[in-house]
Amino acid sequence: MSTLYKGAKPSRRSFLSGALAAGGAIAGASMARAQAAPEKVITEIQPWRTFLGDGVDARPYGVPSEHEKHVVRRGVEWLTADNVSSINFTPIHELDGIITPNGVCFERHHGGTAHIDPAEHRLMINGLVDKQLVFTMQDLMRFPRENHVYFLECAANSGMEWAGAQLNGVQFTHGMIHNVMYTGVPLRLLLEEAGVKPNGKWLLAEGADASGMTRSIPMEKALDDCLVAWKMNGEALRPEQGYPLRLVVPGWEGNMWIKWLRRLEVGDEPWHHREETSKYTDLLANGQARRFTWEMDAKSVITTPSPQAPITHGKGWTVVSGFAWSGRGTIPRVDVTLDGGKNWHQARISGPSFTKSMHRFYFEFEWDGKPLLLQSRAHDSTGYVQPTKNQLREIRGENSIYHNNAIHTWYVNEQGIAENVEIS
Amino acid sequence: MLKFLKIFVPAGTGVASVLALAYVAADQFVIDLPAPIREMVAVQPAMAQEAAPAAEAAAPVATLTAELSPAPSMAGGYGLGREALAEEVAAWDTDIRPDGLGLPVGSGDVLTGEELFIEKCSMCHGEFGEAVGRWPVLSNGYGTLTHKDPVKTIGSYWPYLSTVYDYVQRAMPFGEAASLSNDETYALVAYLMYVNDLVDDEFVLSNENFTEVRLRNEDNFFMDDRMETEFPLFTQEACMTNCKDAVEITMHASMLDVTPDSGVVRAAPAAEGAVEAAPVAEEPATSEEAAAAEETGGVDMALIEDGEGVFKKCRACHQVGEGAVNRSGPQLNGLIGRTIGSVEGFGYSNVFNDANAAGQVWTEESLSAFLENPKGAMSGTKMSFAGLRSADDRAALLAYLQHASN
Repeated sequence: MSTLYKGAKPSRRSFLSGALAAGGAIAGASMARAQAAPEKVITEIQPWRTFLGDGVDARPYGVPSEHEKHVVRRGVEWLTADNVSSINFTPIHELDGIITPNGVCFERHHGGTAHIDPAEHRLMINGLVDKQLVFTMQDLMRFPRENHVYFLECAANSGMEWAGAQLNGVQFTHGMIHNVMYTGVPLRLLLEEAGVKPNGKWLLAEGADASGMTRSIPMEKALDDCLVAWKMNGEALRPEQGYPLRLVVPGWEGNMWIKWLRRLEVGDEPWHHREETSKYTDLLANGQARRFTWEMDAKSVITTPSPQAPITHGKGWTVVSGFAWSGRGTIPRVDVTLDGGKNWHQARISGPSFTKSMHRFYFEFEWDGKPLLLQSRAHDSTGYVQPTKNQLREIRGENSIYHNNAIHTWYVNEQGIAENVEIS
Repeated sequence: MLKFLKIFVPAGTGVASVLALAYVAADQFVIDLPAPIREMVAVQPAMAQEAAPAAEAAAPVATLTAELSPAPSMAGGYGLGREALAEEVAAWDTDIRPDGLGLPVGSGDVLTGEELFIEKCSMCHGEFGEAVGRWPVLSNGYGTLTHKDPVKTIGSYWPYLSTVYDYVQRAMPFGEAASLSNDETYALVAYLMYVNDLVDDEFVLSNENFTEVRLRNEDNFFMDDRMETEFPLFTQEACMTNCKDAVEITMHASMLDVTPDSGVVRAAPAAEGAVEAAPVAEEPATSEEAAAAEETGGVDMALIEDGEGVFKKCRACHQVGEGAVNRSGPQLNGLIGRTIGSVEGFGYSNVFNDANAAGQVWTEESLSAFLENPKGAMSGTKMSFAGLRSADDRAALLAYLQHASN
């Protein structure tokens, strides 16, 4: 099979000692490609070396390089009846680190993207409170703020894969997720402002869009770590992410993060609205269904190589990269296998580790050009280990749609092309 | 209130012991510190390893400075916002609960509901809730929840009737939300009960008898039990070496071939393979063209923009522009000048088929008349749109349709 990198540190010195430890395989790979003729990109003066570039105001709001035009959200047309109540997917195979750029955060709406003038937006708190309140955006921005990085994963992420490998691209199998830094006021402060009555055990959050999205949230969670946010990654929320105001419900399924948030009602019981009965309930094989499956279980996926990001360099040093997350805490460890789970290797986590946030992992190895069966396996700070799909199916059957956090497999052939497969 | 936390693991420590330190520290923080600080605890920051052999590690392994201070509460509140008026709360608080809380006074019968449903809902949900295309099925499916392809409807799956009322008044009809009166909503819910064999066609639903209704599947929902049923199984130690004797591929995604073409490399890999396939590369050109048209004049962009706004009323059923396809209404490209009822693959109503047979063509005048009063202009049309009374709206919509077709 392949030669593993056994060094301990990313320093040049350890690279060399690792190479020595690996012995002949490294020597056989040789250091560099042969180059017959000088490369023109080096020997000739390129236009951008000679001619002046754009002035500072060419793009008052910057956009990615024209060479990155393929890094976009994409949809799967047959999934939904139309493109208004629909979903698209984050191009996670093209991203790195842990922060998702605002323009490629996946979209899921049930009545289209509402375009709301913040001057005409209000947030109301009503129900079992001492004072029913109305806030303008300006009012909200006068509360003390907090900044937090959280993942948002749609409960249906990987939902098309329950019955078997179906979509050949990590963007489509795992792209209903993004990871963003939010700025907003803790929901707790708004509820304290209104004064929750002792029998106020539940909260109904409601959106201002054409779906009037609603979800019931237990008061314990509302007072714990929820935010009412207006900024993502430092700038205003994008319209498709709920501009001017959205609810942030860390670690819990994305549908609860009500966008275009206009109302919070305090009650003594849950509302059992459409998105917590007909949808976002998990049907088991025996015909019974779990409700209120809010937390997102620990999960990880390899984003490169993957079907949209094949290995194009041939054999030799190869970087496996992916991310892991858990709705219950941090990710202290991710394992990677190259042989379909016969043997596992601990991956390297790089970047900040926040609770309920993406963690980026890498596994570098010397590829010998033989087929690979790649998987990753997340461990979260509660000791939960990401299960296999068969482990989940044994408990849940194949009809639950939501909360598929199974280990995922990519088959990489001799040419480096990757495919979504299931293995024994 | 300010808390500054510094975690610094000194250089020159063996990787294994650094890891141990990090875990000890993590445990302490979990016990001692509030949640916002817990989230800053570092994880193993070093290189992946099999055996962690090197004790002479040179790099500092964990350096993390956290500066955290949770937003403070204020006794008695911050005094921000204002009290909501009763009329304001009444305008927004229309939600309904299973115990009937929130139900307005009103009533509606099955036959009234049927008329409304056929007019406002059937183009997506079918006349009996059987659904058109991929729109949601609303009726039947009883006893299918244990099948390979369960049919989850109001009759087979939904636990509470209150959910139906709440959702219909909240989000339906699709594209014209919050437009139904209370009595209309009661009537539609009564009809949905009827097509799910819960009542006969004489039934009248009202706020008086609403909470007496029970749906079939109410008792088959239970609270999330993953912490009891799954967590113990999934917290066992993970195997690292020699975990399996053999591995076989049991299923290929490529067998199904349902992945969108764009972005998936199917042929031999070239670095640009995925890029070339991406259709979005065309988009900037289109917007540049649009901008150019705006500059050159001759096109009333403001009118077109207004028309785009008007088109929101249409787009639940119709598409226009590049890639437009038939939905529950036909695609509208090149509509003006197009023979009536001529889009291939769309099932028109008889009045459209007759117009088509007679060779009639959509003109600005005939389309405007149709849009003003659809059922008056084309008696028998399936299009359940009430019409655009404003001549300005119609003119803007026509301008938009022509512009978007190009």
